Amino acid sequence: MMKASLLLLKSGLMALAMFPLLAQALTAYVTNEKDDTVSVIDLDSLEVTATFEVGQRPRGVALSPDNKLLYVCVSDDNTIRVFDVETLKPLYDLPSGENPETFVVSPAGDRIYTSNESDNIVTVIDTLERKVLAQIDVGVEPEGMAISPDGKVAINTSETTNMAHWIDTESFEIVENSLVDQRPRDAAFDLDSKRLWVTSEIGGTVSVFDTESYEELAKIQFDLKGVQPDRVQPVGLYLTSDGSHAYFALGPANHVAVVDAKTYEVLDYLLVGRRVWKLASTPDESLLLTTNGISGDVSVIDMKKRKVIKSIKVGRFPWGVAIHD
Amino acid sequence: MTLSGASLAADTLRIGYIGQERERPPVLSNIDDYPEDEGVAGALLAIADNNTTGKFTNQLFVLEQHFLTLDEGPAEVIEEMVSKGIYFFVLDLPAKTLTKVLQSDLPSDRTFFNIAAEDRRFRDQECHPQLLHTALSRDMKSDALAQFLIKKRWKEWFVVTSPRPEDKLFVDAILRSAKKFGAKIVKQKTWDGNFDARRAAPAEVPLFTKGVDYDVLIVADEISDFGNYLLFQTFDPRPVAGTQGLTAKAWGRPLEQWGAVQLQERFLAQSNRWMRSRDYTSWLAVRAIGEAASRVKSDDYDEIDRYMRSDAFQLAGFKGRGMSFRKWNGQLRQPVSLMWSSALVAQTPIEGFLHRRTELDTLGLDLPESQCNNTQ
Repeated sequence: MMKASLLLLKSGLMALAMFPLLAQALTAYVTNEKDDTVSVIDLDSLEVTATFEVGQRPRGVALSPDNKLLYVCVSDDNTIRVFDVETLKPLYDLPSGENPETFVVSPAGDRIYTSNESDNIVTVIDTLERKVLAQIDVGVEPEGMAISPDGKVAINTSETTNMAHWIDTESFEIVENSLVDQRPRDAAFDLDSKRLWVTSEIGGTVSVFDTESYEELAKIQFDLKGVQPDRVQPVGLYLTSDGSHAYFALGPANHVAVVDAKTYEVLDYLLVGRRVWKLASTPDESLLLTTNGISGDVSVIDMKKRKVIKSIKVGRFPWGVAIHD
Repeated sequence: MTLSGASLAADTLRIGYIGQERERPPVLSNIDDYPEDEGVAGALLAIADNNTTGKFTNQLFVLEQHFLTLDEGPAEVIEEMVSKGIYFFVLDLPAKTLTKVLQSDLPSDRTFFNIAAEDRRFRDQECHPQLLHTALSRDMKSDALAQFLIKKRWKEWFVVTSPRPEDKLFVDAILRSAKKFGAKIVKQKTWDGNFDARRAAPAEVPLFTKGVDYDVLIVADEISDFGNYLLFQTFDPRPVAGTQGLTAKAWGRPLEQWGAVQLQERFLAQSNRWMRSRDYTSWLAVRAIGEAASRVKSDDYDEIDRYMRSDAFQLAGFKGRGMSFRKWNGQLRQPVSLMWSSALVAQTPIEGFLHRRTELDTLGLDLPESQCNNTQ
């Protein structure tokens, strides 16, 4: 009995050590803000297979479009650090400006747009030349970043100004400012670039805009039984590629809302871990992962069944999550 | 005031800030410092925040400051600012000066923010339809403490107060909260303070607290004359709360959740010190004006004032919940932080204390409790 479990343990350790050398399986990367690490989750086994140090206060995380590079905002090191996905070793730092919180990678992978929360600016970085292309003045406490899939518009949300700033990616000029409810946190476009969705944490709402006219198409509110309305605080979001569904992480309400993206009707609320923050889906849109800051875990949602199938312990205060195929 | 990118035609909204020199009675402790710019520094940060937003809404905010000496009355400066076309006033004034403001002849189209006076009477029988409060009331503080102590099941309170009238007001609030939330005052004593508590505490405090059966010692000593010397000196091992020990505050150094780090760092960069409660409540007042102005896209007093008092108004203040003004007495409903110098202990309202309107209204005078009804 003893021997068998020891053997199991040994083979487990072997697998753990071997993992980075193996061909890349479907993998999720989770930033642990209070541990200065990233947890690597194998999405076949739904187990953490590695944890590695990345730098101080990691928050925003994303992959390059070719899935070879992992970008991590290490806010207190004032940089976006770039890691080799194969080896999980740091390659170089990008000039992000001070205190970058989160960022978005352009569809072509040639640029990164990042929000510098203490300086009220958005920094545009050339990822190949590794230099700053532009810095754009935005509102107070820039936070969420999004880019339209056609690459034409970048969005920044400013938390205290309460606006979504529409940035033309050619001229780097702000072309429109849309007022939204208190503390806009995150934004995303539909795959056809026709609608923009913005979450307002303290306002407790999601605003949907038409990207041609900048008109507000809808404002979504959430009514979650047994939770005081002001504890329902939408933060992270995920929009399905067919434009049918939208998912919202509701922060301290500890639920993910599933919304019909055509009628804007809330279809379901799924109980996840505590202080649910960001969302990411597998490319086939079968699994949705949530980062849960206070409970220090990741909830795995079966998107078809709309059920939470597993919770995976990660580091302290998981913030962001990125998935590659 | 320079503002890059602002067009020359920007709507300019001037806000009056009236401060006053504070009376500082002699206290035993010399470890507390009182920054000279406490209060106004928060207003200036909010002006900068408003102006960053103003670049996109074509609005410019300017703070006109005036500081009264200890004995000076407020009438003259208010009259002067009114005649200059100032419509919004941030009043960083002690209670007795605030009373003088309310007794003077105020034009009806002006709004005043009380950012400093915590007295119940301004939210109760002496309220005023043109007066809004971003300062916490003593009742909000005592209710916050009570919720926490009840949750901990520390329901038997031993109250110690100085003979000062302000401390009597805090004790009144404590007694009211005890009744409201079901705690019991098992003993009430006055600390006469005619000896040096710094040296005498190890001998005096055990004697002073001996023979009482209680869960928590509640101290009322707003000027911090003796309260700090009660901690760890009680006869029985009991926690201290109130004006020392575990304290209820609008803002403090330990706050870092809900994006608070950003406000803390922005203030530190501006003022080279940490933000205090009075800085925060003046920041809230100026931000409330800025937020309403950006929503109505106007510098018109009536539009801004109406929006600020409407149900649509919400202010985010880095404490995890949206804030708004109570219609009946103008008090800004907001979370109250329970902390000691190095950590946040609890953010109130505490979960489980329910209210049909919002849990935030479990803190301070609720509509049926207040003799003020500005709602019409």
